[in-house]
Amino acid sequence: MVLDRRHFVASASIGGLAAMLAPRLAFAKAETDRRFVFIIQRGAADGLGTIAPVGDPSFAGQRGDLAADFADAAKLDAMFAIHPSLVNIGALYRERQALFAHAVASPYRDRSHFDGQNVLETGGLGAYSLKDGWLNRMLGVLPSGNAKAIAVSATVPMALRGRYEVSSYAPSSLPQASDDLLQRVAMLYQGDSQLHALWSEALGTRALAGDMAAGSQQNAAATGALAAKLLAPADGARIAMIETGGWDTHAGQRGRLAAQLRNLDTLIGALKTGLGPSWTETMVLVATEFGRTVAVNGTGGTDHGTGSAATLLGGGVKGGRVLADWPGLGQAALFEGRDLKPTTQLDAFIGGAVSAHFGVDPARAMAALFPDSRGVPAVGGLV
Amino acid sequence: MAQSSIAMNRFGLGARPDEAVPVDSQKWLTAQFESFNPRPAEIAAAPNSRAVSEDLAKYLEDQRQLRQQYGPARRPGAALAGPPAMSGSMAGTPDTVAVPEPGARKDDPLAQARQFARRQGRDDYATAVGARTIAALVTPAPFVERLVHFWSNHFAVSADKLTVVGLSGTLEFEAIRPHVLGKFGDMLSAVERHPAMLLYLDQAQSVGPNSPIGARVAARGVRKIGLNENLAREIMELHTLGVRTGYSQADVTEFARAMTGWTVSGIARGPGARFTGTDGPAGAFVFAAALHEPGARTIMGKRYDQPGEHQAQSVLDDLAVHPATAAHVATKLARHFAGDAPPPALVERLQAAFLRTGGDLPSVYRVLIDAPETWAPQPLKFKTPWEWSVSSMRALGMKTIQPLAVTGLLNQLGQPIWRPGSPAGYDDIAASWAGPDAVMRRVEAAERFASRANGAIDARALAPKLFPAAVSPATSQALANADSPGQALALLLVAPEFMRR
Repeated sequence: MVLDRRHFVASASIGGLAAMLAPRLAFAKAETDRRFVFIIQRGAADGLGTIAPVGDPSFAGQRGDLAADFADAAKLDAMFAIHPSLVNIGALYRERQALFAHAVASPYRDRSHFDGQNVLETGGLGAYSLKDGWLNRMLGVLPSGNAKAIAVSATVPMALRGRYEVSSYAPSSLPQASDDLLQRVAMLYQGDSQLHALWSEALGTRALAGDMAAGSQQNAAATGALAAKLLAPADGARIAMIETGGWDTHAGQRGRLAAQLRNLDTLIGALKTGLGPSWTETMVLVATEFGRTVAVNGTGGTDHGTGSAATLLGGGVKGGRVLADWPGLGQAALFEGRDLKPTTQLDAFIGGAVSAHFGVDPARAMAALFPDSRGVPAVGGLV
Repeated sequence: MAQSSIAMNRFGLGARPDEAVPVDSQKWLTAQFESFNPRPAEIAAAPNSRAVSEDLAKYLEDQRQLRQQYGPARRPGAALAGPPAMSGSMAGTPDTVAVPEPGARKDDPLAQARQFARRQGRDDYATAVGARTIAALVTPAPFVERLVHFWSNHFAVSADKLTVVGLSGTLEFEAIRPHVLGKFGDMLSAVERHPAMLLYLDQAQSVGPNSPIGARVAARGVRKIGLNENLAREIMELHTLGVRTGYSQADVTEFARAMTGWTVSGIARGPGARFTGTDGPAGAFVFAAALHEPGARTIMGKRYDQPGEHQAQSVLDDLAVHPATAAHVATKLARHFAGDAPPPALVERLQAAFLRTGGDLPSVYRVLIDAPETWAPQPLKFKTPWEWSVSSMRALGMKTIQPLAVTGLLNQLGQPIWRPGSPAGYDDIAASWAGPDAVMRRVEAAERFASRANGAIDARALAPKLFPAAVSPATSQALANADSPGQALALLLVAPEFMRR
């Protein structure tokens, strides 16, 4: 059931909306009470600017002005500090409900947003090697056959596409109705080097502009509240995906990343509040396609990189920890001399989180979610 | 790409689903030399240069009288100034010109200027755009229509000058179309005598310093008038020889002297016009002897001592068949049909045909049609926004359009019709058109086209009709996987096959 956004509403506040929404999105009661939310950060969020390795001797030198944000930031442990915009998430960390994995990356090692997001969402080893998304395949391994998934966007993003039926719904402030076309154009241009390059660039710009135009905190709160309304009811969705854009901070990163993180934090806060008691049954994963360069570029920003950070939140998460096999920020330690070297596989992290959350055998979950990453064991002990 | 696909898409303006696929592609192209209609009904119905010039002249005369009546304080801004400047650029683009305020006073020059600009922009310009587009959609000779667009861009005027907005399309209709299958020299001559060109490149105001008028004005020492080299230079640099082909600044100045007297009648009225002999019908070419610089001229080593109008015409006649002109034209044609980096061997053959026939254009086109270089199976050109728009409308089977929708579309896609902003015209290389935002805009436009088609077109069936035996597996798959007929159609319009030719 893909719900047509226009059919739904062309108006109305989110509150009024949700009232109309409830009956339409009524699913059969799922046999699991567990809920899972995947928040994708499109545009390559800077993990080093989110969870900063302030204890690394090279941090201040490599990051220049960007390090200033962490002068008075709360320390998570001896090595890491959390960006001051992340108030709600910081509180969850202190309550041991937030866990960060650092120096993580998907199997993708080039630097195209487009291809990187495709790998992140399909769970394949390379761009476009798999035709469906890992979040959709996850529906096949959940203990209940009835669990429903919804994309909190106008169209179904790649991670949720596949053989299992998925609905989608977006408040009017979320991305344009034609996003699906844009994705399909991306696939169409896959074999055409000129058009592929142009298109990747165009989408990057669009994500940036779109976010600056519409990415207010209010929208973030509304999105979080909406997702909660879709997930909270006994007969509501159990899997949800939320897309966030605007993370491609090539210039003026300090202000922009602070605003981006504030919006993310607001969204998480609204989601937790809206879920109420169901929060204890909920796991939230926040991840991005790849990280950003360790060094600051000439325009106060960072360029496309490799390793980044992923976040796991929820009542059942064994939080209050930063998981990192820290590679170091010294020049010699960097991946290709410029990026944070990935030391933890994001796939294994996601597989470990999902299997533990839903009580599925980790090997079975890995085989379903990341079928090409043969033999990679799921990260254990996350829940 | 199959031959038929190349004929329809690279040589033509894009295939139409309701037209038969050519059986003999070469013959299909040469047959168009017979079927081309230089003056189809939609173009015959558009305002001609006389009508547009009449309106222009009336406006300028009103402005002049108002100035006399109220003094210069009531003149509209410099941007809309009338003569003697006649060169102010329009404040807005032709389709965004301010509409007159309600209740504007009849003697308010600014309101009148706005009304005039609106007439020129909305009525004359847009009507001409509509006529050009419909001709491109329904023509029996899409290859020749493409050549019309090619030459119109070669002899570019730009509708961002107030005096040219309404006239811009008439240059193509009156000077290009009648000669597209004739001699290059005849087209050249028609263009340089057309009011749009004479006004656009300031030839209309060029005065020989020693001409009767020039001498008289100089003696009074009041107004600064004199030689304007603009058109003479661009004829040499852009229309004929090409830049850096051996002519000097002295040659340009001499040619400009020879050109003096070539002007437009009936635009500037008042007492001076009668004296100079430019008081004839609005928009007509006139040779005003009173403006002509007397004496023989020497240009590129050749002496021209013809009387009056014939002096510049003799120069044009020589330029039209000059080897540098042949090379210039050959290079541009080869670039248009055989790729951004034109194959030297093809350029040589085109140049040779041009010189051998004295610039007989169909003979040159036949070289293109016979050239293996233009039939390469891989796409050779990234479509310009105009090419993409026309081929989209043809693919959708459209035969009528709203002119303002076309001007709006082309403005959004970055190639406003007849408004390249410079006499050099629009670039004909991918680097100028294949940008990220440009592709995004085409995708957005494709989605709009598709939504208007309202699910009535099956892109999966349409694709092989547009590109016989040339649809890639990736495109076929994307069309098959689309979640709606509209989405499939939008994808077809932006597929790699469709973005290039």
